[in-house]
Amino acid sequence: MQYIEPHAHMVSRTTDDYRQLALTGCIAISEPAFWAGWDRLTQDGFEGYFRQLTEFEPKRAAQYGIQHYTWLCLNPKEGENRGLAREVLQCIPKYLERPNVIGIGEIGLNRVTQNELATFADHVALALEYKQLILIHTPHLEDKYKGTKVTVETLAKFPGIEPGRVMLDHAEEHTIEMILDNGFRTGLTLYPETKVSIPRAVDIVEKYGPERIYVNSACDWGHSTPLAIPQFIMEMRRRGHPESLIRRIVLDNPAEFLQQSPKFRLAIDDTQGRYVPNR
Amino acid sequence: MKRIPGRCPLNTHQIVDEYFIENRHRLLDIAAFLDRLDRSSDGRPPADDFRTRAFGQALQVLLDPNPDRLRRIHMIFSDPTTEPREALDRKAAWGAYNPSLEAL
Repeated sequence: MQYIEPHAHMVSRTTDDYRQLALTGCIAISEPAFWAGWDRLTQDGFEGYFRQLTEFEPKRAAQYGIQHYTWLCLNPKEGENRGLAREVLQCIPKYLERPNVIGIGEIGLNRVTQNELATFADHVALALEYKQLILIHTPHLEDKYKGTKVTVETLAKFPGIEPGRVMLDHAEEHTIEMILDNGFRTGLTLYPETKVSIPRAVDIVEKYGPERIYVNSACDWGHSTPLAIPQFIMEMRRRGHPESLIRRIVLDNPAEFLQQSPKFRLAIDDTQGRYVPNR
Repeated sequence: MKRIPGRCPLNTHQIVDEYFIENRHRLLDIAAFLDRLDRSSDGRPPADDFRTRAFGQALQVLLDPNPDRLRRIHMIFSDPTTEPREALDRKAAWGAYNPSLEAL
């Protein structure tokens, strides 16, 4: 089955991972800007990263027939540094016109500090000013519930927000209702330990239905699985779910969200350049 | 939000057939973790650590016949406060909320 990987940090992965993704049906990847595992010290460091995301990584993906899209930001783990955040925010607009840039992300909160919140709000304002899609990271583990709640409350203070253009990613069982109830889209991140397991993700789809939900691997330099989506497909089949429902979660829903950016177009699309689900 | 009354397509017997072995494995791993704590080199009581205290509370929920166990366990581990921290204490989350905010 063809699928979209809507959240993968491919700069941290090997070319063999691209090969495995292609072999299992991945046709497009969206790669949010992320933390390198250590703090970048300068605006130049970020600009080098943005060039990697917009120049080098699309070429690497294309070698395996995978379309590569990206999101730009200073990520939540570095959001505490307000001075650097301001500098990076000033340099982002000149990259937004690049052909594979589809939005601002992954922004949000990490330990839910006042500075992180201010940096998050600055990114939201930038996204609205430049009419960009928004991809939001919700925090880890004990910080997830509080961080998601603060995120939703902060977004409510921006009158220009269109919830259907905002993805609150890494939802779990205790946060998904507050995300969907406020009209946002959400992602279930299939992680070996620290987010949602694959059987739990299928449970969530069974409980809440497929509307505005997609799944992703969020594979990066940490403990993660690039082939999590094919494993999700297997788990759905194991329980007897129809192929149409599976396709909706792994292809139709991410396409519906991402192609709100005029730059996101799948190679399997119709003559208008848009992917049209066959439901 | 109104939940879709979606059930797992498998019947009870099928769910047990499909998932019993892997969950038996997980249960044994938890038992081994608790036994390992009992065998620690310093003999310090596991309950001295806020994470194992939360873990113990979560185990009680597993034995509770009422539904929604997973969400209740999430909330045992979650930070219940509502105000942002004044400053960053560390980059990584602990896995459980520490009410005393003590570093290990």
